[in-house]
Amino acid sequence: MYKPEAENIIVVKDLVKKFGSFIANDHLNFEVKKGEIFGFLGANGAGKTTAIKILCGLSYPTSGSLNVGGFDIYREREKIKKNIGYMSQKFSLYDDLSVFENIRFYAGIYGLRRKVIEKRASNLMIKLDMKEARDMLIRDIPLGWKQKLAFSVAIIHNPKIVFLDEPTGGVDPVTRRQFWDMIFEASREGITVFVTTHYMDEAEYCDRVSIMVDGKIAALDTPEKLKSIYGAQSMNEVFLKLARIKVE
Amino acid sequence: MSSIQVEHIAKHFTRVKALDDISFSVGKGELFGFIGPDGAGKTTLFRILTTLIVPDQGIATVNGLDVVKDYRKIREDIGYMPGRFSLYSDLSVEENLNFYATVFGTTVAENYDLIRDIYVQIEPFKKRKAGKLSGGMKQKLALCCALIHKPSVLILDEPTTGVDAVSRLEFWEMLKRLKNSDITIVVATPYMDEASLCDRVALIQDGKIMTISTPSEVMKKYPNSLFSVKSDDIFSLLNDLRKFPDVHTVFAFGQAAHVSFKPGQDSGEGLQNYLQVKGHSGLTISPVRANIEDCFMELMMK
Repeated sequence: MYKPEAENIIVVKDLVKKFGSFIANDHLNFEVKKGEIFGFLGANGAGKTTAIKILCGLSYPTSGSLNVGGFDIYREREKIKKNIGYMSQKFSLYDDLSVFENIRFYAGIYGLRRKVIEKRASNLMIKLDMKEARDMLIRDIPLGWKQKLAFSVAIIHNPKIVFLDEPTGGVDPVTRRQFWDMIFEASREGITVFVTTHYMDEAEYCDRVSIMVDGKIAALDTPEKLKSIYGAQSMNEVFLKLARIKVE
Repeated sequence: MSSIQVEHIAKHFTRVKALDDISFSVGKGELFGFIGPDGAGKTTLFRILTTLIVPDQGIATVNGLDVVKDYRKIREDIGYMPGRFSLYSDLSVEENLNFYATVFGTTVAENYDLIRDIYVQIEPFKKRKAGKLSGGMKQKLALCCALIHKPSVLILDEPTTGVDAVSRLEFWEMLKRLKNSDITIVVATPYMDEASLCDRVALIQDGKIMTISTPSEVMKKYPNSLFSVKSDDIFSLLNDLRKFPDVHTVFAFGQAAHVSFKPGQDSGEGLQNYLQVKGHSGLTISPVRANIEDCFMELMMK
């Protein structure tokens, strides 16, 4: 939920990232509020992945100041990593480990203790209605379950922020919606959600949406406001109006 | 004559039944879409049609040629764009195109007409290595390479997956133009909104075709009464709607929720009142026509 008065959980000031002469991120400025669902949209090659890598502490900016979860991107990258969760469509769970082993693996990486892991794992199995699947290999469970499990594992350590990089690509329409139910719930519990997607109906579910074009943030506001500013019926129209101008 | 004829195809892998009794036909010059999520069996089906794997059961023909017996001949007749980018990353745009033309015993010049509209968009980058192109440009190059031998049937496996909304739109505009060249096009996509751009579609899930028809017929066959409901708080709205008596399904659709009632059930009477009592503000409730995604989800329930 977006509350203008809420504390900033991400603050980005004048973020620039260059690769040689190519400017991938060109003076990005934005803030994300605690508990907000923040949609980070843009055409392929607009610079989204570059920015996300920096926000996750995986890459340094060329210049600019960034604070993520209360930590400085230059001096406190390891603290940032401990306080965020990450999930992408491409890589999430280990196929040849069981459901429980995956949970234990991820929770272990974040330094959770064995007893805590046991407890969270069994709570999770109940919550996801997956008790009978505990010892099944990931490759043998349905895609919808994998999807929910991947998200739950990404927030198993109660991070302040979870980054979701195209989490619903290729997923069936029912599972896609169930996934958003989980996102809404996490946001209600105070976890900030930073999400990219190519499904424009999902952009409507975000509290605020930023749209990147050619390395710059071309627009940032609530879906309602963006639609009224651009005289559009849907976020799809807004996106097409903004992103169509450019040809690489 | 139909371009593609498939009868009772089945395919198993060790752990899964990928295709289960699939039958359909695609007419010459038709733009035919397979709409379904990952794991539905689209890629397995396309690999059978492109003679890369053999079905366990059933018969499939392309231009009247059998996919098992006549595979060599079929390979000359079809263009295939696999789901995963499979051009040579360390060859340039131009080199990739020449390579594909040469493999099929032709030249770029000979069939340039067919690809001109698409190629001009990537021509400024013809010296760039294919691996360094953006997603949208890779996809355009892959389409050029699949077309350069002037195939009569074009098979595209999820050409728009992971591609942004603008490039998706442009891609479909290209496909529409190609249809005018009398090429039969079979395309797979997980994006439900792309269904309406096809002449006919098959909705596929778990290795089975749930329905085959024109997009408008599919939507017409939707059996329930459907309402679009908006309120200022979509999350609570979804939860409250799910508790409404006799409700059949509740799904989020962008800024609204779609609520369905089975035929003969209470059709949303009292919904307004119920939601007001729950404290919703900014309420609007209006009947709405089912789109392909509504239909897909309804068919999944069966």
